Amino acid sequence: MARTTSGQVVGVDVGGTFTDLVQIDQATGAVRLAKVASTVQNQAFGVLNALREAQTDLGALDLIVHGTTTTTNAVLERKLSRTGLITTQGFRDVLELGRRTRPQAYGMKGQFRPIIPRDLRLGVPERMDAAGRVVTVLDEDAVREAGRALLDAGCEAVVVHFLHAYANPGHELRAAEVLREFWPNDYITLGHALLSESREFERGVTAAVNASVQPLLARYIKQLEAELTAGGYKGQLLVMNGNGGMVSSARVAEEAAKTVMSGPASGVMAAAYTGRAAGVPDLITYDMGGTSTDVALIRGAEPSVSNETEIEYAMPIHVPMVDVRTVGAGGGSIARVNAAGLLEVGPESAGADPGPICYGRGGMMPTISDANLLLGRLDPVRMTGVEGGVSLVDVARIFAEKLGAPLGLDATAAAAAVLKVANMRMAGAIRMVSVSLGADPRDFALFAFGGAGPLHATALARELGIPRVLIPPRPGITNAIGCVVADLRHDYVRTLNRPLDTLDMADLQAVFAAQSAEGEALIGAETVRLKGIRRVHSVDMQFVGQTHLIRVPVDDPSINRDDLRALFDKVYFKRFRVELANIRANLVNVNTSVIGERAAIDLSTLIDPAGRKATLAEAQRTVRQVFCEDGWQDTPVYLRDLLPLDAVIKGPAVIEQMDTTSLIEPGDVARSDAGGNLLVEIGGAT
Amino acid sequence: MTIDPITLSVIQAGLQQVCDEMDLSFSRAAFSPVIAEANDRSDGIYDAHDGALIAQGAGGLPVFVGTMQYSTRTLISMIADGQVAAPKPGDIYIVNDPYLGGTHLMDVRFARPFYRGGKLYCWLSNTGHWPDTGGAVPGGFSASATSVEQEGLRLPPVRLFKQGVMDDEIYSIICSNIRVADQRIGDVKAQAAALIVGEERLGALMDRYGDAVVTEAIAELRRRAAQQMRAFIAEIPQGECTSVAWVDSDGVVNAPLAIRLKVTRDGDDLVFDFSGTSPPCKGPMNSVQATTLSSVYLAMRHIFPEVPISAGAFEPLKVIGIEDTFLDAKYPRPVSGCAAEVSQRIAEAVFAALVDVLPDRVTAAPAGTSGNFALGGHDPEKGRDFVMYQLSGGGYGGNADHDGLSNGCSTIGISKAPPVEIMEQAFPVLYHHYALHEGSGGAGAMRGGFGLDYMLEIRRGTALASFVMDHGRYGPQGALGGGNGAANRVVVWRDDCPHTPEHLSKEQDIPLMAGDRVHVRTPGGGGYGDALTRAPEAVLEDVRLGYYTFEQADAAFGVVLDGSPLRVDEAATAKLRTTRKAG
Repeated sequence: MARTTSGQVVGVDVGGTFTDLVQIDQATGAVRLAKVASTVQNQAFGVLNALREAQTDLGALDLIVHGTTTTTNAVLERKLSRTGLITTQGFRDVLELGRRTRPQAYGMKGQFRPIIPRDLRLGVPERMDAAGRVVTVLDEDAVREAGRALLDAGCEAVVVHFLHAYANPGHELRAAEVLREFWPNDYITLGHALLSESREFERGVTAAVNASVQPLLARYIKQLEAELTAGGYKGQLLVMNGNGGMVSSARVAEEAAKTVMSGPASGVMAAAYTGRAAGVPDLITYDMGGTSTDVALIRGAEPSVSNETEIEYAMPIHVPMVDVRTVGAGGGSIARVNAAGLLEVGPESAGADPGPICYGRGGMMPTISDANLLLGRLDPVRMTGVEGGVSLVDVARIFAEKLGAPLGLDATAAAAAVLKVANMRMAGAIRMVSVSLGADPRDFALFAFGGAGPLHATALARELGIPRVLIPPRPGITNAIGCVVADLRHDYVRTLNRPLDTLDMADLQAVFAAQSAEGEALIGAETVRLKGIRRVHSVDMQFVGQTHLIRVPVDDPSINRDDLRALFDKVYFKRFRVELANIRANLVNVNTSVIGERAAIDLSTLIDPAGRKATLAEAQRTVRQVFCEDGWQDTPVYLRDLLPLDAVIKGPAVIEQMDTTSLIEPGDVARSDAGGNLLVEIGGAT
Repeated sequence: MTIDPITLSVIQAGLQQVCDEMDLSFSRAAFSPVIAEANDRSDGIYDAHDGALIAQGAGGLPVFVGTMQYSTRTLISMIADGQVAAPKPGDIYIVNDPYLGGTHLMDVRFARPFYRGGKLYCWLSNTGHWPDTGGAVPGGFSASATSVEQEGLRLPPVRLFKQGVMDDEIYSIICSNIRVADQRIGDVKAQAAALIVGEERLGALMDRYGDAVVTEAIAELRRRAAQQMRAFIAEIPQGECTSVAWVDSDGVVNAPLAIRLKVTRDGDDLVFDFSGTSPPCKGPMNSVQATTLSSVYLAMRHIFPEVPISAGAFEPLKVIGIEDTFLDAKYPRPVSGCAAEVSQRIAEAVFAALVDVLPDRVTAAPAGTSGNFALGGHDPEKGRDFVMYQLSGGGYGGNADHDGLSNGCSTIGISKAPPVEIMEQAFPVLYHHYALHEGSGGAGAMRGGFGLDYMLEIRRGTALASFVMDHGRYGPQGALGGGNGAANRVVVWRDDCPHTPEHLSKEQDIPLMAGDRVHVRTPGGGGYGDALTRAPEAVLEDVRLGYYTFEQADAAFGVVLDGSPLRVDEAATAKLRTTRKAG
């Protein structure tokens, strides 16, 4: 499979607002970057625009890795392919009934739109029991009839989802054969195929999401490939999955649901990669954007992966995904004084339109971004008057009226209060994410990226007791960098659900071996150059009688029973400070990730080394008044691209670059490292 | 000292964070699925002197809003009177007595004194619903109990942990009186560990901001929460509004119980007068004072979710007239139905009274029952006894913004229902269907959501079926001219003969054999606004999706449909609606 290669790699990530591209020449270290507007109707245009802007020679490229929000957007906006469901008679409403919930604990309002409407959900006679024994034989004529009815109703894709198919998929497999006799395409998703676990709502929604985004993704990828080929591209196109790994474009649509939420996953993969290279392998990632903030946990350079993501209310997608939690605070979060006379920030957001006041698009509500502007943290010249010409005076007036008057503060103090409350809330949310994953945030470094992350990171770290902040060279295009460095990756989960003391340990080994073999076979079929294959094993355990699970990493797949029990007790105690030596342990899931590792890519050239200055003074653009804890201070403003590689910067300092602004607060010290990162020691100046 | 509003906001968030971490720790380490999955638990911080609620976890079960301030208050006064041993650092009290500021016996409370500089500063307390606390039936929900002794083991406040060490003697008494006792140690440790997490986090908060500042902030936050609630109350016009909500029966005497409510805005207070409500009842549908007050608070929080859970927010809400009614039962009245069912009827009375004056905020009545169906029996294939619970959702009320949600969880709960596949794995049952209760949403400009319709069959052995549900007699009430949602229906098929419980929604120990079936249809939500004003296209869509029949579109909504594919006959619809309005 080896081809002569130039070593030119492109990562291109489509986000909600921008399409980002990074191109790295592995031979020379030359880097090209592009940031263009995303094209919502057809993301391929944005991708091609980015390639054009970077002046990429498609013919000389070796590999393109692509992160797309095609499937995420389709699900969230319900712009889906027309999809039908054939299910066990009597259970067609499972997808609409959900699990008996409501969107918020308080407030009796709320709505839910099932992913497949009721008239396209048809029941057929068949039934398995929980042991996988046939109770009612499959009525094949009814399947045929249902399939034809769905085709007549205009369905392009179909889901076959039967009760207990995880225990015996016989009826689903046979129904698929019947449908293939006349279904005009390959878009037939079986309920047990992506997720062979009990819980009919979650499995059904996962399958329904897969089926209803499959045709969209397949068409999009086909069109993009055609455009690239027309432009002279002869290399491979790989697509990012939500587990942070990539798959070939030829295979991606088969399990299209796995691409949902792949954007945030790429960012986390870039963080893990950067952290490993920088010798900071334990990270909490903090990606603050305009409307929300994504948080994830990385231990030992391995991101935490979850099989139970719910991408919005009652929309579970149970395939392995990087565990990214969204916190409802972003630059556009609105501040207000409530009826109790207390300052609140969020959860309402000004969004992108009208956006913060300073965007000049008619926004009249004070936001976090506006507060950053008033306090000199963002450059007034760059921020205001981009489109509408809102002046700093206007922003200050609104802060004084809406927040200052009821709080008895001037505009500056009101803006400082907004940041203080916002940081406290965000820190609390980050702490809850961390604690719920069994981690003490003080043991981690904060990896700050996204447009607004590096502006708040040092304050948050101080609030959380986190000692260090890592700001990568290109915080605003981290997702595209995640594409460039991603590995091939396949994750497997198999449910055993047996008490540890009755489990045949040979069964466990056999599952680990089978999972490894399946992943290795898939990776072996790809043509990407690899430096090796890595397998990561773990089990999910609990005490008999519990429902929550705790993940126990297993380094040695041939581990014996006593060692596994000891390992479980240790992990459990570390998490809960509870010892329950007399209660039996239960082994629920067996997990293996098979990772095809690509050769390391040097990211130190993301900021051109030739452009760097010899001294800090030469990298300084200006001095600006910035408001921090102790009031206004003359604060040097540096240009990131000019910083010397051995720069040591004492706070307060502002560091500007094309894609973000970083704030180093008084008392903190930032140091450049060889990888082009900034490592900020919180309180490092004292 | 005066405290600046910013520090106040920050400390408010900090206190909330302490409670949220207690909630998280409790759920994740718990064994009981009722706690671990259904989040039937709550954690909070309470005043050292009067037990007033300082902060409570956002993820706590709504019915516990406020209850622990009454149990903590009672504990404090019993300590002061010498009835209960005085606290020492590291102690944890256990109590589940309903009449001492509780709910039903299954809700077991822990309370831990929090010391600062050697002095008692506040109390940390939590409640967890234990799967069993003894009594006549597994799980504690006996529909036919006539005294609390039949409902389970009643614990006065005693120190289960003394200076950090568990008292094994007390624990062994508990274990000898409850079912599945062997796993309770895991829950006891989880419940205690959550309080210790709270202690660490609250200590850190006070270290950081200083004791004086935190103390002043707590007092000020209480004043501010009252101020915030009063600002919302100001939206309500001066005057009175009234409502009645009905409990089907008490499970023993087959007669409806009335909750009569008159809400009066008195300046910036809101007075809830329950005078005229039915007297204490013989069966277990009594409520106790703490649960009744909490039910009013949780209803108000559903209406004004912005107000934080704190004693201050409850200050402007005055509840009167509950003496000598079934909402303030005394020992030894049975009370197992208070937390799950009566509480929801109280909330419904609050919604029904206020929807006319707060039409944008309040919804028509939600299904308002936990739909508790318990099946206990013997599974010959597995050679063991089992107890199964099927708790079900129902439709929510239509409202100013949209139609009601279908199959939402109870007003007082936030838990998910178990999947059919999990139920069939664990118990010898086979579901015939699990579907929308078609036609159940109350008609309205915004219709109610739909309930659940399920039927299951006993596959092996024998079993006893029990039901503690409600809204079997009358469906959830519509609002502003909307129709009622469909009532709850239970039909038990024995030997292919249908049996409907005499009390409609409640019956204890119906004997079943293999092949017998249980068919339950849960209530739909009430409709909101005149159904004759619902957009005809929306009715067409409802019929196309099978939510309502062709006939119901005509009868309930005055919409005439015809043709294939179906469409609205606009002329006939306009004519029919004019006639209906005139009539």
